Amino acid sequence: MRSNRARLLSLSAAAILAASVAAGCSSSSSGTGPNAKPPILIGASLSLTGDFSTDGQAYERGYDLWAHDVNASGGLLGRKVKLVILNDNSSPTQVDTNYTDLITVHHVDLTFGPFSSLLTAPAAEVAHRYGYAFVEGAGGAALVFSEKLPNVFDVSLPVANELDPLVDWIKSMPASQRPATAAYPMADDPFATPQVQRAQSQLEPLGIKTKYSKVFPEEVPDYAPNADLVAATGAQMVVLGSTDVPTVASFMKAFEQQHYNPKIFIAAAGPDQGGAFTSAVGTGNANGMMVPDAWYPGYPNASSQAMVKEYVAKYGGTASDVNADVAEAYSVGQVTAEAVKATGGTTGSKIISYLHSGVILASVQGPVKFNSLGENVKAIAFVFQWQDGKFVQVLPAAATGSVAIINPKPAWSG
Amino acid sequence: MGRQIYEAIADGILDGGVYALMAVGLTLIFGVLDIINIAQGILVVLGAYLSYVLSVHLHIDLFVGLLITVPAMFVIGVAIQWLFIRPLRGRDRASMSLLAAYAVALIIEGLLYRVFGPNYVVLTASYVTSSVHLFGFYLPDIYLYGFALAVACVAALYLLLYRTRFGRSVRATMQDQMAARLIGINVNRVAAVTFGIGVAVTAVGGMMFGATSGGFNPNSGYDLISRLLAIIILGGLGSIGGALAAAVFMTTAEALVDIWSPDWAVVVFYVALVLVLAIRPSGLFGRAPARAQ
Repeated sequence: MRSNRARLLSLSAAAILAASVAAGCSSSSSGTGPNAKPPILIGASLSLTGDFSTDGQAYERGYDLWAHDVNASGGLLGRKVKLVILNDNSSPTQVDTNYTDLITVHHVDLTFGPFSSLLTAPAAEVAHRYGYAFVEGAGGAALVFSEKLPNVFDVSLPVANELDPLVDWIKSMPASQRPATAAYPMADDPFATPQVQRAQSQLEPLGIKTKYSKVFPEEVPDYAPNADLVAATGAQMVVLGSTDVPTVASFMKAFEQQHYNPKIFIAAAGPDQGGAFTSAVGTGNANGMMVPDAWYPGYPNASSQAMVKEYVAKYGGTASDVNADVAEAYSVGQVTAEAVKATGGTTGSKIISYLHSGVILASVQGPVKFNSLGENVKAIAFVFQWQDGKFVQVLPAAATGSVAIINPKPAWSG
Repeated sequence: MGRQIYEAIADGILDGGVYALMAVGLTLIFGVLDIINIAQGILVVLGAYLSYVLSVHLHIDLFVGLLITVPAMFVIGVAIQWLFIRPLRGRDRASMSLLAAYAVALIIEGLLYRVFGPNYVVLTASYVTSSVHLFGFYLPDIYLYGFALAVACVAALYLLLYRTRFGRSVRATMQDQMAARLIGINVNRVAAVTFGIGVAVTAVGGMMFGATSGGFNPNSGYDLISRLLAIIILGGLGSIGGALAAAVFMTTAEALVDIWSPDWAVVVFYVALVLVLAIRPSGLFGRAPARAQ
C-alpha cells in the first residue's frame, strides 16, 4: 500500500508536468480568407491560459483588431496578413518553445511579442537567434533590455519610469501637504519591482518615511496577511507593485476589512484593466485608485479613438472597459506594418535597421522612436485614476487631457 | 512587533479555515478511493463560479446559495466518479485515475473559459468586506464565518463517518475494499457517494475561496492544487481533522513568517512539511498502519 502511495504522488507530479506541456502546446490561429498571393504569416505566443490569461486574451484581441484593419485596407504589400497564435500558458519555458515552433515549423514571416517582460526576455532571444525583428508591447522592464539584443523593440513605455509623474506630482506639493509616510509592497516580478523601488528611492529624499517595503512572491494565493501588515503601518500612501487585478483587489479588500484607507493608493498594474478591474473591486471602491501607464481609452489620438470604437462595437462594453493591453498589441502591429512598408518586405535585418534608424512612427499609443536598446523614447508616462466609473488621465497635471486629480482618495464604498 | 505577531496568528487561524474547506473533500476522496483528485483545484473554482452565478444573476446570498450549490456539486461529483473514475480497473488504476482527474480538470476549465471568459470575478456581499473589532484587531466577518463553517463541516463529516451506517461502510471500504465487498457492502455505491460528498464539501470551499480572494478566473485552480495536496499530506492522507489542523498550521506559519520576509513565507510551510514527514511519514493524523492491513 505504501509503495502504491509513493507511486501515486510521483505520478501526480509527472501528470501535472505532462499536462502542463500539453496545455502549452495547444494553439489557435486566426486569419483571413483565401487570397491570390500567400498571406504574410505573423507568429505570436500569448498567455491565453495561466496567470496572465486576462492580459494574454486582451493582447489577442488587440492583434486581431489590427490584423482585421490591415486586411480591410488591402493588407501589407498587397498581401493579407494571417496571425498564428500559440498559447504559452503564461510559462517562460513554453514561450521559448512556441517561438522556436513559430519560426521553424510554421515558418512565420514576422513575430510579435508575448505578454509580460517575464516572457518577452526569453522570447526575444529566440527571435534574435533566427534573425527576426521582435516588436513587442509588454516587455518594458530592464530585464528585457539588459541583454542588449539589437532585434528588440518595445513600442510601450519603459517600465522603470512609469511612476515618475507620481513622484513629480508629490514633489510639486508644499512639504506640509505631502504624505508623511508610505508603504511599498511589491510582487517579485521584473515589471513591478523596479518601478516601485525607483519611486521609493525618489520619495524618501523628499522626507516621506518608509513604513513598509517588502517583496512578496508573485504566486501567493492569499495576499491578506501582507495587506494586513501594510494596513497596520497606517501609511498615508501605498505604492503597490502589482502585476494583475487579483493582487490589487486582495489588498483593497483587506484594507477595507481593516478600516484602513490610504490617502494615495497607486498600483503598478490592475486598475488599467478596464472592466476587468471594476468588476472585481466594484465601481465605488475603484474611485480614486491610480495606475501609471502610457495609454487610456480616452487618449486624444484619432487612430486610438477609432480603435476603441471598433473594439466596443466588436466586443461590447464601454470605452472604459478597454484594456490598455489592447492598445499595446495594436501598436505592435502598426509599428511593424510601417517597417514592412518602408523596407518593402519582411526581412528581419532590414526591419531591424529601419527601426534603429531614428524614424518616428505613429501608433495608437502615440509616437514611437527607438533608442539603441529598443526602448521607445517618445513614450510619455501618465498616471490615470478611476473617477466615478470613468478612467481618466490625471498626471502630469499640465499635460493635455489631464483632469483634476482626486486627492485624498475617497473612502471605500463598495 | 507583539501586536503584529498576534494579528498574524489570528489571520493564520482564520485563513486556515478557508483552506480546510477546500482540502477536506480531497482528503476524503483519497481516503476511500485511494486516488489523488488533482481536479480539486478546478472544482473549488467551479464551486466559486456556481456561487457567483446565484449571487449575481439570481441575487441569492452566498451562504443561502450553498443550499443549491452543495447538492449540485454532489451530483457533479457522483457523475465524475461514475463516468471517469469507476471504469478504471486493474493495476494501473491509480495512475490512470490521475490522468482521468486531470482530464476532468481540463474539461471543466475549458467550459468555464467558454462561459465566463478569462476576466477575474469576485463574490461580493456586505460581510465580505466588513469586520468585527475584537481585542484591538479587526477580524474580517467572512473569515470568521469561514472558520465556523470549516469546523461545522469537519464535525458533520465525522458524525457521518462514525455515527451512521453509511459511515461504517465508508470506513470499511477505506480499510479493505475486498473485505468490504465480502461482507455485502456495495463498494461502487460507497465510492460514488463519497466522491460526491467530497465534491459537495468543495462547493463550500469554493464559495469561501471566491469571497476571500482578490478575484478568480478559470485558471485559478492551478495555484491551489499544490497547497491543497501539501495540506492533506501534512494532515495525514484521508484524515479530515488532519486537513483542518494542517491548513491552520500552514496559514499561521506563513502569516508569521510574512512579518519578516514574505519571500520565505511559502517556503517555511514546505520545510515544515518535509520535517514532519521525516519524523512521521503518515502525516500528523494519518493512519497508514490501519489502512495497510
